[in-house]
Amino acid sequence: MDTPVPRLALLGQPNCGKTALFNRLTGARQKVANYAGVTVERKTGWLTTPAGRRTQVIDLPGTYSLAPLSQDEAVTRDLLTGRLAGEAPPDLLVCVVDATHLQLHLRLVLEARALGLPMLLVLNMADVAAAQGVRIDTACLAERLGLPVVTAVGVQRHGAQALLAQIDDVLAHAVAPHPEGVADQIPDPAELHRQVRALLADAVHTPVQRWALSDRVDRWVLHPVWGYVGLAALLFLMFQAVFAWAAWPMEALDTGMAVLGEWVGTRLADGPLRSLLVDGVIAGVGGVLVFLPQILILFLFIFVLEDSGYLPRAAFLMDRLMGTVGLSGRSFIPLLSSFACAVPGVMATRTIGHWRDRWLTILVAPLMTCSARLPVYALLIGAFVPRRSVAGVFNLQGVMLFGLYALGILSAMGVAFAVSRRTGGGARTPLLMELPAYRLPHLRNIARGLWERTTIFLRRVGGVILALMVLLWFLSSYPAPPAGFTGAPIEVSWAGRLGHLLAPLFAPLGFDWRIVVALIPAMAAREVVVAALGTVYALSASGDQVADALGGLIGSQWSLATALSLLVWFVYAPQCVATLAAIRREAGGWRHAAVVAVYLFALAYGASWLTYRLALAWGAA
Amino acid sequence: MTDASLVLPAPLAQASPGPVSDTGLDTWPLHQPAVLVRLAADPDGTQAGTLRRLAEVGCLPGETLRVVSRGWLRGGPVAVRVGQATFALRAHEAALLRVRPVSSSQG
Repeated sequence: MDTPVPRLALLGQPNCGKTALFNRLTGARQKVANYAGVTVERKTGWLTTPAGRRTQVIDLPGTYSLAPLSQDEAVTRDLLTGRLAGEAPPDLLVCVVDATHLQLHLRLVLEARALGLPMLLVLNMADVAAAQGVRIDTACLAERLGLPVVTAVGVQRHGAQALLAQIDDVLAHAVAPHPEGVADQIPDPAELHRQVRALLADAVHTPVQRWALSDRVDRWVLHPVWGYVGLAALLFLMFQAVFAWAAWPMEALDTGMAVLGEWVGTRLADGPLRSLLVDGVIAGVGGVLVFLPQILILFLFIFVLEDSGYLPRAAFLMDRLMGTVGLSGRSFIPLLSSFACAVPGVMATRTIGHWRDRWLTILVAPLMTCSARLPVYALLIGAFVPRRSVAGVFNLQGVMLFGLYALGILSAMGVAFAVSRRTGGGARTPLLMELPAYRLPHLRNIARGLWERTTIFLRRVGGVILALMVLLWFLSSYPAPPAGFTGAPIEVSWAGRLGHLLAPLFAPLGFDWRIVVALIPAMAAREVVVAALGTVYALSASGDQVADALGGLIGSQWSLATALSLLVWFVYAPQCVATLAAIRREAGGWRHAAVVAVYLFALAYGASWLTYRLALAWGAA
Repeated sequence: MTDASLVLPAPLAQASPGPVSDTGLDTWPLHQPAVLVRLAADPDGTQAGTLRRLAEVGCLPGETLRVVSRGWLRGGPVAVRVGQATFALRAHEAALLRVRPVSSSQG
């Protein structure tokens, strides 16, 4: 091990397919999608070249130039120029360009060439370019640039063969030491542009009619009227589908859990172990597991939208509104990521250059309804909102779900408006966002994403949720009630006592002590509340009720006002430790995280109280 | 987060004032090709990053630009075709791009 392992860095403009190529080279499974800024931090992987050389591969955030405007772009610049403490520039720079956008992408190649690192050029998406009739004379390009040039298709099985062979070749001969004092001035864009033009004229033949399909689609998608109709219809369809398509797999899972609970119940003697398995594990964990189909349907929509190139168009349509409330146009994609989970959403704010804009985005990101809230909504809606159609076409449950998502979005707009009014800025925040060509979503990409989501969900269920449920079962079962106690044993347990202690605080919201007990472990993850309710109700139910599904149980015990109040609580729900930790990390301090936690708690409390009072006033007792 | 050192290279910042007849791309009619005359000056120094990025993505004098879509309401964003790529720009960003019709004599 005396020779250091060679390090190879992937450099390119946003959305040129670096990460797809990285995954292809290293067997990694980093997220890829069709919009700029999916990768916001560097990722490292390993590959072995055909000649058996073990090489480290670094995937970098895409950048338009080496003069950064935002934090993710600065990461790229710093790594390449050796500004990172204790880290030398890479041994080989693999410059990736989208072969269908050479005019835009080649300028970064010219800029990078000035760094003086050993380098090779990859014309990615060569298949799409060929299909569009773009002919590239790679030999001429290689000669003019003085670099090896290979073509690649990052999304195809053997799409990186030529690149792998070339890496071997370059590493074998790359004896040129790094030049001292890397070029550090910003090159003149006009001069680079002239050079790119000259290169294109000599080495590339581009047919005149390009982008025609994307243009025709955009006439409708970006239309001032039809664009919005389409966006609204799409979102509506998404929430309808979450309920409509998930019905039968959920019923199957529900039945499966009930059967399993009964089977375990009859096999085991009455005692603590049976209670732990039936009331703690199956009632709790199984209760969350049932919502997997709905989460997958939500992600199916998200992945198709991401892969097709629609997302930046949606950002375009929403930009006027975002600008009005003081949010940057760049906030849209981080906020959209927050519908999956606020943690990547908060991380994605690194693409926002201005700190004020970035902080505002972080501040409202937790108000976007994350997928962990879906089980909570689905449970309560399923229990309290009748499954009937509205106006003949819409499912009332889907309408309700749409409403809850809309409430989160409107609240985020309100908060952003209030904060940006107070801080005064927001008049001229930048957008400058690329609208990529449309693409048919890759089935394999989507299938892999869904599989990944399934494993993440199952790991959460089998990990943190299971652990919390065992803990909660323990706290809810001990100390055992004194002889002669007639109520449910949970009432005198530690959890029960804590619930009773805190109950007065939440009584104005219509939450009883059992809900309070369930809200506490939901600090770790929001969907835990569903599992916790399952366990708490299983333990407080008298014998014959236990087999009843949680939905039916709360449906018969809670008032509609309480259910609505709890739903609204979860629109704001401050309790997610992972999000607060991400905010601390990204915003640089617990102070910021504390601000978010406190304002969300205040909003949640206020809105739930209002909802409960209004619901009672309208007779929903 | 913008570096203070990130300023436009001299030749661009001092681009010729251009003919008085140039118009901001924000008010340019939809689908009509326009020739970029110059990038607007940056009086208060707040748009330096944006101006440089615009130049980097190919918005350079002499290029032909086209507004392919205009958002909702006044002051909304515009989608601009630059070379092979399309960029969404807010109105104040599009206004930095000073253009004139293609037909008039090319400089």
